[in-house]
Amino acid sequence: MGTMSFLSYLINGISLGSVYAIIALGYTMVYGIAKMLNFAHGDVIMIGSYVVLTAMTSYGMNPLLAVGIAVIFCTLLGILIEKLAYKPLRNAGSPLAVLITAIGVSYLLQNIALLIFGANMKSFQSVIGTKQIPLLGGDLLVSMTTIVTILSCVIIMLVLTAFIKRTKAGQAMLAVSEDQGAARLMGINVNGTISLTFAIGSGLAAIAGVLLCSAYPSLTPYTGAMPGIKAFVAAVFGGIGSIPGAFIGGILLGVIEILSKAYISTQLSDAIVFAVLIVVLLVKPTGILGKNIQEKV
Amino acid sequence: MIHMTAKLSKNVRSNAITYGIVLVFYAVVQILLATGNLSSLMRGLLVPLCMYAILAVSLNLTVGILGELSLGHAGFMCVGAFASAFFSKYMAETGMPAGIRFVAAILIGALMAGIFGILIGIPVLRLKGDYLAIVTLAFGEIIKNVMNVLFIGKDSDGLHFSMNSAVDLHLKEGGTVIVNGPQGITGTPNQSTFTIGIILLLITLFIVLNLIQSRDGRAIMAIRDNRIAAESVGINITKYKLMAFSISAALAGVAGVLYAHNLSTLIAQPKNFGYNMSIMILVYVVLGGIGNIRGSMIAAVILTLLPELLRGLNDYRMLIYAIVLIVMMIVNWNPTCKAFREKYSFRNIKARMKTAKEVR
Repeated sequence: MGTMSFLSYLINGISLGSVYAIIALGYTMVYGIAKMLNFAHGDVIMIGSYVVLTAMTSYGMNPLLAVGIAVIFCTLLGILIEKLAYKPLRNAGSPLAVLITAIGVSYLLQNIALLIFGANMKSFQSVIGTKQIPLLGGDLLVSMTTIVTILSCVIIMLVLTAFIKRTKAGQAMLAVSEDQGAARLMGINVNGTISLTFAIGSGLAAIAGVLLCSAYPSLTPYTGAMPGIKAFVAAVFGGIGSIPGAFIGGILLGVIEILSKAYISTQLSDAIVFAVLIVVLLVKPTGILGKNIQEKV
Repeated sequence: MIHMTAKLSKNVRSNAITYGIVLVFYAVVQILLATGNLSSLMRGLLVPLCMYAILAVSLNLTVGILGELSLGHAGFMCVGAFASAFFSKYMAETGMPAGIRFVAAILIGALMAGIFGILIGIPVLRLKGDYLAIVTLAFGEIIKNVMNVLFIGKDSDGLHFSMNSAVDLHLKEGGTVIVNGPQGITGTPNQSTFTIGIILLLITLFIVLNLIQSRDGRAIMAIRDNRIAAESVGINITKYKLMAFSISAALAGVAGVLYAHNLSTLIAQPKNFGYNMSIMILVYVVLGGIGNIRGSMIAAVILTLLPELLRGLNDYRMLIYAIVLIVMMIVNWNPTCKAFREKYSFRNIKARMKTAKEVR
């Protein structure tokens, strides 16, 4: 039975890691292009979850439709945040200024949610259902949520990679992240590309929110903060700016977290996650898949 | 030579203004206290005000002078708080005079935080930029987490440690649990006062300002401005980076001592020692001006008072705080806003009038 419980922990870890990976994608894409840490990203997740919750409980909508509305809402929210808060500071010459503004946006979103929905925990009704599926001849029970989460992550990764490799907009993203000035000279709409990145990242955040809340069905205005930070860690882990890096980092982080919760200590699991991150960064200072840029004089 | 003395006196004047602001603030508060014009809420804020100012000044040493983004400042504060509270409780029965004990507690808090600063700094300072930021954040979270599972007890045999539960300490009869895991340390003597806070703030300012204006400080700033150039003129990068980082950590530890001795219960929560706190301190530093010691101190005071002043607005106060923060950042840093401010600043209008006169 030991192997079975290990397998079940592993699958849970991969599932949690998939959520982290989807959130980390948003972080990493925005970082790659705008060179900023979007601290409000975690709160977009929370807003997305509230939208789904409201659409389902107050308006009795079909879960899929609700998720669709949340994705559209968060996409627009992401574009709005970028235009109002981050764009005025893009040429400020101080990455810290944008960082603090992002923190301000994070507080703002949390407090808006607090005003509208209150501080009380809302129980989130799983969008996917609570069915358990027996695997390996019934020894291993895996919930539908877990499977859907892992599948969504894989699909999102594949679609996103294809989008960046195959489409003009995706290539424009790569170009802007490589060199903004040169991209502009080549006739790429830099502002539009940055907006598009925020839109994709925030849309993904909505999906991540739904998946996260389906697995851990409690929602407060602060729900997004910790997964946000963890996903940020995952992005750094895999090498920030790299999309496969975010995927690997997210999965690893989820697995380490669940396994250390199961086998070492519940309270220390976060500490262990962070300790592993530190060790990885000390051995490989730009993350697992990060590019090593030599400093020139 | 004349130029040198002019520069020196400029530094001295600037320092005098900084200390003066603190002293005037102290005097004003004392007058308000004496005349009974300070609400109990405000009185409760006096020690935290000093604490936040110390934290902001010390973080500015890392962020502004050393030029490295640290998101784990609250971790050092946590170390200082727990080390000093542990010391105060441990020494409580030995009959050590309270005053001396408190001074020793401050020194121990600073020392322990400083040691952690060196221990964490050695690996962390090899990294750069956002990677350094995330690792400091990670260290801060680890410290907070470990404090939540740490149990320390004392009996006739000496100290007992455990990472599981208070029962695992196997204390003898008459033994006491000093650090009780998630319940933290209770019954720390409440020795922090506004006066002590102001004295500690002045000492912090003295240390940081003198460091910045010394040869060492210039070496640290040279590393910030161009690491390779600094290295090639023979500045020992590791030594100076560690120096700034550990002094910054030690001063955060002092703020932690102030915090621990202001409350009777010390618990490591996300609210007080988590990354949210570190970010809050960073907000003070950035809003007050990166590298501007006086500015960060003032920003800390204003931003601590702001939510309290907005208390009448109840639910909306944090919302307004967030909006004020965003708007202030944009007004401060947006290139267009900056140009506008420079064009219409009092000093520039005066200068323009002067040149206009000369032309005439």
